Amino acid sequence: MKNSKTTGKEIMHTKTVLLSVFAMLLFLVVFFLSMLTGSIGFSLDETIRLILNCLFGIGDISDIPDSVTTIIINVRLPRVILSALVGAALSLAGAAMQGLLKNPLADGSTLGIASGGALGAVLSIVLGISVPFFPQAGLAIMSILSSFLSLIFILTLTYKIDFNLSNQTIILTGVIFSMLTGSITSLLVALSGNNLRQVVFWSMGSFSGKGWSHVALMLPFFMIGAVPLISLSRELNAFSLGEEQAGFIGVSTRKVKFAILVLVSVLVGISVAVGGTIGFVGLVIPHITRFISGPDHKKLLPFSVLFGASFLMGTDLLARTVLSPAEIPIGVVTSLVGGILFIYIFYTGINARR
Amino acid sequence: MLLEIKGISVRIKDRIIVDDISFEVGEHDVCMVMGPNGAGKTTLFKAIMGVVPHKGKVLLDGVDIGTLKPRDLAKRIGVLSQKHQPQFAHTVYDVVSLGRYAYQSGIFGRLTEKDKEKIEEALVLTGIEDIRDQSVLTLSGGELQRTFLAQLFAQDPQILILDEPASHLDLQYQIAVFDLLAKWVREKRRAVIASVHDLNTVYSYGTKAVLINRGRIHAEGSVEKVLERENLKSVYNVDVAEWMKNLLKHWE
Repeated sequence: MKNSKTTGKEIMHTKTVLLSVFAMLLFLVVFFLSMLTGSIGFSLDETIRLILNCLFGIGDISDIPDSVTTIIINVRLPRVILSALVGAALSLAGAAMQGLLKNPLADGSTLGIASGGALGAVLSIVLGISVPFFPQAGLAIMSILSSFLSLIFILTLTYKIDFNLSNQTIILTGVIFSMLTGSITSLLVALSGNNLRQVVFWSMGSFSGKGWSHVALMLPFFMIGAVPLISLSRELNAFSLGEEQAGFIGVSTRKVKFAILVLVSVLVGISVAVGGTIGFVGLVIPHITRFISGPDHKKLLPFSVLFGASFLMGTDLLARTVLSPAEIPIGVVTSLVGGILFIYIFYTGINARR
Repeated sequence: MLLEIKGISVRIKDRIIVDDISFEVGEHDVCMVMGPNGAGKTTLFKAIMGVVPHKGKVLLDGVDIGTLKPRDLAKRIGVLSQKHQPQFAHTVYDVVSLGRYAYQSGIFGRLTEKDKEKIEEALVLTGIEDIRDQSVLTLSGGELQRTFLAQLFAQDPQILILDEPASHLDLQYQIAVFDLLAKWVREKRRAVIASVHDLNTVYSYGTKAVLINRGRIHAEGSVEKVLERENLKSVYNVDVAEWMKNLLKHWE
């Protein structure tokens, strides 16, 4: 008996190590593929030297032409990093929501935070709100702010309806809120006139034309949201067995739940601000990750970060190369890829149970 | 008294689900809470644990448990819920090890040797050491019940509150679980409160009983007193004694 249990654990451990190596390799492959591919191709050697020089200040790049440096360092690198960060943020937020609400179909957008953030962003485009010296900051600030306001609104409403903040009430409030903000957003778009194209393109989600300033905006919020969220893995494990059960084993359920909801709204809000509404990432990636790593959040959350980053870098690569020189909004690609993947998982999942 | 339940009432909208229930549970007691479906047993347990809004209070060694932090409460009182509907493929071991949550500290809270010992003990006690690596989604109702019972033993509280612990168990395990509880409760400063439908179980293992009907205490005290024919007849609308004698005749 003793033997079989040690081997069981050893197998589990080996599996985790292998999976970590695989996830890291996948990330690196997709990263370099994204850096090398585009309207102009570059050599791997030049690209690696430029990236190392840019991020860590190592090596000599004086022999590389300025035009190459500009494209790789000022255009492609920030875009790839940004898509990785947004992918990581969205899938981390999705994984956390699914565990918290014990609902595999939950997602940052189920709460209504994403659509709340989108409303704020569209409002800033239509009203032309901008912050002096930081052209994109107006949109970002509006989006984060309205994500927070949406959260507070949803929570207050849910508290009024149901003191225990039960999961069904939250999801229902989220759905109703999404519909409401969605219709207001549509109304604004219909009335927007001149800004119509800009609003529509933004709302479909895109990393086109995003630079280092967006990365600088995204990175701190990502860290603020992601680090504490990953440290709440054990609490999320408890919640994924049911909120009441979590309370019985000693989790301060209301406090922890509130913290997770706030962290998720930071991640979703900033992602909406820099990338627009990008659907399905928060739903599909945690789902696939859970399938591979198991539902333990200590593994699920870090792997969701890596897979989410790889996924969005990859889809952004598709978005900018498939119809080159034209660009497809990334939201369209993720919804397409994610939707098909999701149907496949659902289908095989149901068949496996039969 | 180890645990004093004082005037617990739960009202949901205009309906009174639990109406001014008070009783006491002493050291080594196995207190059987009986009553028809919908009598308010589950709601009473939830009120005791403070997860539904209620009036009244619960004193543990004279201390109002409403003032305890969730972790401290979990170290002293553990609850087995009636229903478990897992959504994710956690392993049995992972579920049982969550019972140690209240004792873990630090951000990632690694399991200490003592934690692991307690978990092993709980797995063996409930007879699920062979299925430790299985996903909880693949378990039978009885195995799932025992998994959460094991989590409770890993949690190592002083008082167990069990909501229909026998409901998914076959006769053999039902007896095994109550034998186990009877032994467990003999340790210092321990007690069990369990809602049970089977009269034989109440009679064999209970040290006291509380009979609840429509949110109120109908009878309370020694098992013999509560199980009186008239008490059961008026609460269940069935002459339980006649009903049980039927089967008895078959064996005689």
